[in-house]
Amino acid sequence: MKRYSAFAIAREAFRQHSGWDRAWAKREPKKKYDVIIVGAGGHGLATAYYLGKNFGITNVAVIEKGWLGGGNTGRNTTIIRSNYLQDPSAAIYEKSRSLYETMSQDLNYNVMFSPRGLIMLAQTQHEIRGYQRTAHANALQGVSTEWISAARVKELCPIMNIDGPRYPVLGGLYQARGGTARHDAVAWGYARACSDMGMDIIQQCEVTGVRKNGDKVVGVDTTKGPIDCDKLGMVVAGHASVLAQKAGFRLPIESVALQALVSEPIKPCMDVVVMANTVHGYLSQSDKGEMVIGGGTDGYNNYTQRGSFHHVEETVRALVETFPMLGRLKMLRQWGGIVDVTGDRSPILSKTPVEGVFVNCGWGTGGFKAIPGSGWAMAELMAKGHSPLTEEFNMFRFREGKFIDESVAAGVAH
Amino acid sequence: MLTLHCPNCGVHADETDLHAEGEAHLKRFGPDSSDDDFHDYMFQRQNPKGVHFERWKHVYGCGKYFLAARCTATLEVFGTYSAQTHEPPQAIKDAISAKRPGWSWGDFS
Repeated sequence: MKRYSAFAIAREAFRQHSGWDRAWAKREPKKKYDVIIVGAGGHGLATAYYLGKNFGITNVAVIEKGWLGGGNTGRNTTIIRSNYLQDPSAAIYEKSRSLYETMSQDLNYNVMFSPRGLIMLAQTQHEIRGYQRTAHANALQGVSTEWISAARVKELCPIMNIDGPRYPVLGGLYQARGGTARHDAVAWGYARACSDMGMDIIQQCEVTGVRKNGDKVVGVDTTKGPIDCDKLGMVVAGHASVLAQKAGFRLPIESVALQALVSEPIKPCMDVVVMANTVHGYLSQSDKGEMVIGGGTDGYNNYTQRGSFHHVEETVRALVETFPMLGRLKMLRQWGGIVDVTGDRSPILSKTPVEGVFVNCGWGTGGFKAIPGSGWAMAELMAKGHSPLTEEFNMFRFREGKFIDESVAAGVAH
Repeated sequence: MLTLHCPNCGVHADETDLHAEGEAHLKRFGPDSSDDDFHDYMFQRQNPKGVHFERWKHVYGCGKYFLAARCTATLEVFGTYSAQTHEPPQAIKDAISAKRPGWSWGDFS
């Protein structure tokens, strides 16, 4: 693999950019791999990358029914933060956030990580108490966050109206090293690094069945024929239940649609990420100048990658009060993704009832921020059979009542 | 926008008048049940890509529950029926079979 650098750009400028390689090789499946990862989104590719980088396992295939990064990795609002309440969450999300800090250098691929700061607005007395509690918990967990006043919120984000009649801004939970990254670049960067280690990335290859010998996995049937494997990682987000059914077990997950929309591009007006969980809206400005807006999920099961219009209306209506200038903007694009939601709003990284099958799902509405940490932990789980980061996130926690309850702490908006 | 016919009051309601209440035909397991049964009742959910049965509440209407048969892959509605049933009526099953031959969901098909 040729490294990307300023020198390479200069060199290619003198020869009509004819010397760039394909970022990753196009491959057909071999007969057998040590590990097959199903799902070439951020989480799946990150899992493959850390299997190779941390454990030297490179006889790996990542298979994808659509195209690389075409699911939720390409459909989110790219927010990165780690200000969670519960200790297991803080551990894996902060691991993830810290990996984002050096990802561009590690992958030799510019993922445009922008730790521009992130504010979660407190707009009710209940939220003030909740976020102050989170700030204290974060201090004990070693996650750098702070409680800030309404005046400081206004200073960080001058376009905000903090005196709204329905939802005044009373303060905020501020994470200075939270921010955004380029979502496609994260998937592409991992794919390029995986391909460079000799892994096969096979797109447009759908898994149609999981082959077992007794209780142990021996391979998968796909639209490109059967492929054998010793271990199988299922990293398919919204379709986790569908794939689990093919392997013969059930998951405590429901799939719902989550929507986002962007405005026409405007001049830079906001250099922080703002989340308002009371009204289910979050907002940031992309490098292109578009205002990126996310909202809440629909209430019913759905696999259609589009959501209900009234959710868009509710989200925008609430944000217009807090950001009056948004009222004059035209919205350019709207889209939906299918998110896999668990009962306690925490993910599942776990062994399964089928030996050799591992599952990484349930990230729900907040998976993008977790991509590197999730991949890191999942790779350790698959290589060693256990990982300190995934222990609490096993799928059997519900039976024991050992929830990692982020549904109150993080709100519905992630 | 999703619209469902409320079999209780006869109104064709928009989804903004309704609230989704999760999986239909859940069999409840109480304090004397086994851990497995209670776990499955409490947490495991049918999450099919295709034919699905749900409980809905007509919150901004008559306030009563009803059940709906729907396709989660296309958002097509096969029909709605009374919540006072342990399994979908034959007419609903027939309506699904006409469009999705060979469907199954939990114990029903």
